[in-house]
Amino acid sequence: MAEQPMPLWEVFIRSRNGLAHQHCGSVHAADAEMALQAARDVYTRRGEGLSIWVVPSGAITASDPADKGPLFEPAASKIYRHPTFYEIPEEVGHM
Amino acid sequence: MSRGDAVTTPLFDYALRLADDALLLGHRLSEWCGRAPTLEEDLALANIGLDLIGQARQLYAYAGEVEDQGRDEDRLAYLRQEREYRNLLLVELPNGDFAFTIVRQLLHAAFMVPFWERLQASRDQILAAIAARSLKEARYHLRHAAEWVIRLGDGTEESRDRAGAALDELWPWTGELFEQDAAERALVEAGIAVDRKALKPVWDATVDQVLAEATLPRPQAGWMQTGGRRGLHTEHLGYLLAELQHLQRSHPGATW
Repeated sequence: MAEQPMPLWEVFIRSRNGLAHQHCGSVHAADAEMALQAARDVYTRRGEGLSIWVVPSGAITASDPADKGPLFEPAASKIYRHPTFYEIPEEVGHM
Repeated sequence: MSRGDAVTTPLFDYALRLADDALLLGHRLSEWCGRAPTLEEDLALANIGLDLIGQARQLYAYAGEVEDQGRDEDRLAYLRQEREYRNLLLVELPNGDFAFTIVRQLLHAAFMVPFWERLQASRDQILAAIAARSLKEARYHLRHAAEWVIRLGDGTEESRDRAGAALDELWPWTGELFEQDAAERALVEAGIAVDRKALKPVWDATVDQVLAEATLPRPQAGWMQTGGRRGLHTEHLGYLLAELQHLQRSHPGATW
């Protein structure tokens, strides 16, 4: 009997209050609850997490790598969008 | 509280029993390392094993302190013979297949969660502190095992057969969870130990609920195995200890 492959889930972890969930990898699991447990076991062993999201990988719509040119290259010539063209007065301190 | 001489030996035994349970089950789970069905589960079982070994270390250290004969956690774990081990027979049984391992985790964790809950109120502050830390770990162990048992029981024909067979095979080994000898009863009276018998209804309710969701029939109550608390073990413990203790026996005092 051919076994069905286990579905893939993308894992997002929030490490501290106030920070956003960040993608950290993926796990195989039969359903959402098992995916949460697997994510906990695989990705939070070193105290990384305060909150976990798991999302079926199929639910994510990704850009096509072949579209890299039209999507991203136009931004390369617009360095004025980086906030590096002014000096911060010393009195402001750390921003 | 102060500990009179009369309580010292039962308290040592008590800590030792709990430590032996945790160490041997932790060791069994470590045997899955690199062999579990998936990478995710490989890490999960190793994590749980490490939790248990961590609990064992604290309990051995405390037992050694209570005994006051200069035995530390390593000497208690590595330099005792089979007959000196006081663990539940349940935890020394070989891993079997994944279903057997997971069903054993369920039967054990369903006991340990209410056990640690109550031990938090022990008049012995060290045991109470170990309990508070272990409880959080045990709650995850229970959740992990319960979710698996539900999916194995209510899964494919094969997973159901294996989970059911594991449950039937493990059932006679669960009676020891609720055993208490006179020394342990005295510790219960003194407000130090947990009354194991009183945990039976809680354990029954947890196990029944998981089995119902897993659509697995609860085995009939019957004859129960016993002996571990008195040092009478299955033939499996000797092999386990041979592997566990090999390094310290071959290179006494080795550290890294």
